[in-house]
Amino acid sequence: MILTNIDSVPGRQIVQHFGLVQGSTIRAKHFGRDFAAGLKNIVGGELKGYTELLQESRAEATSRMVAQARDLGANAVINVRFTTSSVAQGASEILSYGTAVMVE
Amino acid sequence: MSTELLVSIGIPVLLIIVGKVLGSNIERRHYASIAAREARFGDQPAFSTKQSNTSRPVRSAKLATGSVVVSVDHFKRFVSGFRMIFGGEVRSYSSLIDRARREAVLRMKESQPNAHVYLNTRLETSTISSTSGNEGIGTIEVLAYGTAVHYDRAP
Repeated sequence: MILTNIDSVPGRQIVQHFGLVQGSTIRAKHFGRDFAAGLKNIVGGELKGYTELLQESRAEATSRMVAQARDLGANAVINVRFTTSSVAQGASEILSYGTAVMVE
Repeated sequence: MSTELLVSIGIPVLLIIVGKVLGSNIERRHYASIAAREARFGDQPAFSTKQSNTSRPVRSAKLATGSVVVSVDHFKRFVSGFRMIFGGEVRSYSSLIDRARREAVLRMKESQPNAHVYLNTRLETSTISSTSGNEGIGTIEVLAYGTAVHYDRAP
């Protein structure tokens, strides 16, 4: 599965469009990570626990989008976008969406 | 009574001093690492446009992503509290955003290190809130993503 965030797949020709595909996940951070991040907050810098958490959830959302595209018979998703919104305090939704297409 | 007062004022002051000393040290090291890695990717530019004006044949195009969560230290959080009274630019937070964006772009490049260009690079910023109230203030996540294009050979 080829993913791009532009209107085409450079070097390939699009032969068929399947329309919008999307994948999302809502994640809450667990207490231990929150506590460690609270300590790290004093000195500032990267909060690795949160970075990993968000990367995992983005990978999950992307794989759901890819699964949807595969079901439609696509072999590429173009114009992929990511958005994040907080649903409740301590929980956020990660959405990824794009257009499923078939390329040569 | 006086020991109570000492504890209630002493602990926040101590945290601010610890934040200042360690925080600025962490920031300096982070900037040094950013500068070194940016130099390495000097000839692999990230564009915000969707096309690069070249007709070189493309070998592969893949999505590249990079993200980072960064927080400010206690000292800067304290200083910015004063800024909120008088208004104006909050300089202590500018470096936070700057570090996060540059780090995210670098991680995007490092996720596809052999690409020649990164097209349509997008930056997304979101704030992280804490479950236990407002202690998450000054914590942001930056995501950078783009299409990593690998050309066949030099033109």
